[in-house]
Amino acid sequence: MEYLSIVFQETYKILFLLIPVLVSVAMIVWLDRRVWAFVQKRRGPNVVGPFGLLQSLADALKYIFKEIIIPASSNKVIFILAPIITMTLALTAWAVIPFSESKVLANINVGILYIFAVSSLGVYGIIMGGWASNSKYPFLGAIRSAAQMVSYEVSIGIIIINVLLCVGSLNLNDIVIAQENMWFIFPLFPMFVIFFISALAETNRPPFDLPEAEAELVAGYQTEYSGMMYAMFWLGEYANILLMCALGSILFLGGWLSPIDLYPFNLIPGFIWLIFKILFLFMLFALVKAIVPRYRYDQLMRLGWKIFLPLSLTYVVLTASFLFYFNLLPTI
Amino acid sequence: MIAHAIFFYIFSIIAVISAIMVTVSKNTVHSVFFLILDFISISCLFIMIGAEFLGMIMLIVYVGAVAVLFLFVVMMLNVAQQKNQWFISKESSGHIPVGLVISVIIFFELIIVIGGWKYKPDLLNSTNLFIEKGVSNTHSLGQVLYTDYIHVFQISGMILLIAMIGAIVLTFRQREGVKKQSYLKQISRERAEGVEVLEVASNRGIKIDD
Repeated sequence: MEYLSIVFQETYKILFLLIPVLVSVAMIVWLDRRVWAFVQKRRGPNVVGPFGLLQSLADALKYIFKEIIIPASSNKVIFILAPIITMTLALTAWAVIPFSESKVLANINVGILYIFAVSSLGVYGIIMGGWASNSKYPFLGAIRSAAQMVSYEVSIGIIIINVLLCVGSLNLNDIVIAQENMWFIFPLFPMFVIFFISALAETNRPPFDLPEAEAELVAGYQTEYSGMMYAMFWLGEYANILLMCALGSILFLGGWLSPIDLYPFNLIPGFIWLIFKILFLFMLFALVKAIVPRYRYDQLMRLGWKIFLPLSLTYVVLTASFLFYFNLLPTI
Repeated sequence: MIAHAIFFYIFSIIAVISAIMVTVSKNTVHSVFFLILDFISISCLFIMIGAEFLGMIMLIVYVGAVAVLFLFVVMMLNVAQQKNQWFISKESSGHIPVGLVISVIIFFELIIVIGGWKYKPDLLNSTNLFIEKGVSNTHSLGQVLYTDYIHVFQISGMILLIAMIGAIVLTFRQREGVKKQSYLKQISRERAEGVEVLEVASNRGIKIDD
């Protein structure tokens, strides 16, 4: 009986987290297309519902009623598993994101490592989908994305080390609380820029969307997918983008802290600030998609290994020596 | 306590079965996927005994990076469908003795470790490591690793660096006659030097590019 009540409580909490995430993923897709259209002086989706707000819902309905086609020569089990893995991993990472000091599903000691691990597992959905399709274009897309995501994870990991040096804890709530006096974007601004660009590459967003470069690879790893399975890839991708925005706002923009600790502002609950910060970062993502052309593959690899990796490593040394010299190292 | 035991058995059964499937499955890519499943369930076991840092690092390093490279290589080598297994085909049985020797060595090592753990616990607890209770896993690991064992830690880092350089040196080959692109040249090109406007006489044309 006790177990049952725990299970019910946790299920309630998980649903309370997952349903808003899924709804906001749908809204974010609409926002992305809308921003993209406005930059290019188009109207974007504006027919379904007010301002076209229900466009994603209509798209989802269309995907649900379409037939799922499984290629005859594909590896069927892995082909079906791939979109499920992508979406599950994108959603599980949300378990440790703190929306305020107490509003967090699992406040674990190694929260930042958990997010890093889950986001690095995300590459498997793409590789499995590309390989199991048993077709040239998906396979090329999968190989590209494997190399790309592994390379950019390295620099994201080192940027996280930079932040952890200033915090002294792997807990996400501690990271937010450590920014009470000053957000880390100010002392670590170069790292924020590198984190933002690496997050673009990690989530396969333009200008780094080479795994699905439509001019060369049809649609990359998702060429053979149709119906709901394609929609799941799509949902997982956008959930990952939102997750990266949330991670960026927790690491650099002070998470659920209010920007000014004064009377009218600190009445607003923390999760609203977090949502505003996520939206701000997402607007940057959407703008970059609209205004920047696609990178060439060799330039992408060069940027990751020859520029970002040495820069972030140097910054680790700088941060550590600065903190050590001025005796600012966090005490645990 | 019962829930703990149930989860332990679930994870360990998955780990053992997937470890067997790594060697049994005919498709090489499938065996890499089973290896990944094995890594994940073992990191779950690490987290269950309270070593959350080790479990997460296992996920990040082995599953997130090493296994991706395994998959990469296995997919590129096109060995996906191996028709003949070594115990059926007659030619390629040369590696059986080597495999046997290695497995016998591993078997004896396991016997020593598990036997020592069972019958001589003081043999394994002979380290004078002082572990603080009530301090998080990561914290205590860092305290030991960067103070008492800093030299061992740095030497192991040096060994890894040397191995990396060695791998690069072994596989590096300079190819002749390859056209290279200079990024600096491409980026620093101005419009003035890229486009040239010429007066072209009618009916006579002009000779360019010489």
